[in-house]
Amino acid sequence: MEAAIRTSELRKVYTSAPPAAAGRGPASRGPKKKEPKPQIVALDGINLDVAPGQIFGLLGPNGAGKSTTVGVLTTRVRPTSGTAWVGGHDVWRDQTAAKRKIGVVAQRPNLDFSLTAREILQFHGAYFGLSHHERSERARALLERFKLTDRADQLVRGFSGGMMQRVSIARAMMHDPQVLFLDEPSAGLDPQTRLLLWEIIREYNEKGRTILLTTHNLEEADALCQHLAIIDHGHIIASGTPRELKASVPGGFLLRLRFGATSPALLERLGTLAGVTEVRSTGDSAVDLYAGRGGSLIPEIVNAAAALGVEVSDVHISEPSLENLFLHHTGRSLRE
Amino acid sequence: MNGKAFLALLARDVHVARRNVVPLLFQTFLQPLLFVFIFGRVMVGSGYMKEEYKSLLLPGIMAISMVFTGVWAVAMPLIGEFQFTREIEDRLLAPIDISWVAIEKVVFGLIQAVVAGLVVIPLAAIILRPGLELHVTAPLVFACITLLVAGFSACGGLALGCSVDQQHIGLMFSMVLTPMIFFGCTYYPWSALNKFPVVQKLVLINPLAYASEGLRATLVPQFPHLSLALILIALAVFDALFLIVGLRQFRNKAVS
Repeated sequence: MEAAIRTSELRKVYTSAPPAAAGRGPASRGPKKKEPKPQIVALDGINLDVAPGQIFGLLGPNGAGKSTTVGVLTTRVRPTSGTAWVGGHDVWRDQTAAKRKIGVVAQRPNLDFSLTAREILQFHGAYFGLSHHERSERARALLERFKLTDRADQLVRGFSGGMMQRVSIARAMMHDPQVLFLDEPSAGLDPQTRLLLWEIIREYNEKGRTILLTTHNLEEADALCQHLAIIDHGHIIASGTPRELKASVPGGFLLRLRFGATSPALLERLGTLAGVTEVRSTGDSAVDLYAGRGGSLIPEIVNAAAALGVEVSDVHISEPSLENLFLHHTGRSLRE
Repeated sequence: MNGKAFLALLARDVHVARRNVVPLLFQTFLQPLLFVFIFGRVMVGSGYMKEEYKSLLLPGIMAISMVFTGVWAVAMPLIGEFQFTREIEDRLLAPIDISWVAIEKVVFGLIQAVVAGLVVIPLAAIILRPGLELHVTAPLVFACITLLVAGFSACGGLALGCSVDQQHIGLMFSMVLTPMIFFGCTYYPWSALNKFPVVQKLVLINPLAYASEGLRATLVPQFPHLSLALILIALAVFDALFLIVGLRQFRNKAVS
């Protein structure tokens, strides 16, 4: 089956400041001759392959290149080199065909402030050739779904950020695109609206539509995405299902243990258990244990401690997380 | 080109214009009305100017009204829509080549400029009557010149709107439009500059000069004016030039 989204060796080098929402990679200097323009490498050989019907997440810190990738795929940012396809159309050779396939929600609300919420949806439908009846019907249904009906006929100028974001997403769904791009869709949303949004995204995906979303929120990536690519400094540094990615971190589990008492012998004994990569004493009776497995280690720990006459008083297992993964690949925390 | 999408873009602009119809009317007609009243009625009525000045003035006022409206109607929305809020983004994502989004703006500005120009005639006729002598002997040439004037105004609005930032709007008006109006043969015919040969040559780079002279040639041919052939060629060149520059600027602005 043809990929819904594919990119091959996508590169983007900005010679002037990139748009505010786009990525800002590491700066390097251009050729010294003539006027040396500062060059900013936003994308450095991005290869993506997104299967139809997938919810695909691009996860990375601010400035990693997420928005630039979305920009290239949605005809808004011209790549310096490389190719991008959406639904089999080369985005930069056959723009109009590509635009028919996509719906886009930008990072910042870019609503038409001269129109009401309903008009925004209806005109959007008109741009895509929907009939008058279809436009009104779909706009009504989407306004209802996004809980915007009571404000539908007011100018969006006065809407709150969260409401604008909902209108943006409804608008992107108006022409029922095959591929939906959501750039940081839940940034700035309250938890309630975020849950509504997740529900709507899943619903849309169940209709067989492909969704590519960018996020720096680990919880969101984990909860929504079937496939993830982790991006940093314009490179994809890892990709796979959230589970695969998390399992790929060596010693991804962290077991925080508390004993009646600890001794060097106990620490040594714990270090020999299968799968344990590091044992660290963190206090009088507390031990942090990094390991490749979690719950299955507990009986062995209890037995080892019992053999030395020590009791286990507390156990806390933290599962492998994307945070750990990002830390593992980049040496930096995602939240930095 | 996608005709449906193009018409929908046009419908959107018409819809927004209809919502802002009162300010739009003031913006378009207040200035020409005041000019016609002060210069045509007050100055002539009090004897400071000759009666025939009424007829000489009208084409110039019509040209100003068209250029001002055409530039304003395209440039101002574009400057706003390309700002931080990127209001135009949704239209750039419509399934149509982005150049057509720009052309739609031009078509809409052109229509407004034509209306703004044509409405000046009856308005002036009411205020200036009697003494206004219009002789439209070649209506087709008049129509052609009107369209070309509206065209370069709208295309000029596209080029300016995609080149000027919001904080420089005031500068655009004082540095570009004001000198254009005063050196645009609007309140006087080109031949009145005979005593200022350098200025007379310089104003020929001003498209508004051809607009005023062209309308003068087709509305009040009894006054001296530039040759019609020169006017038509010059206007066509300005139309093409501003369209090419405008489209290039638009594409640069639309895609990063």
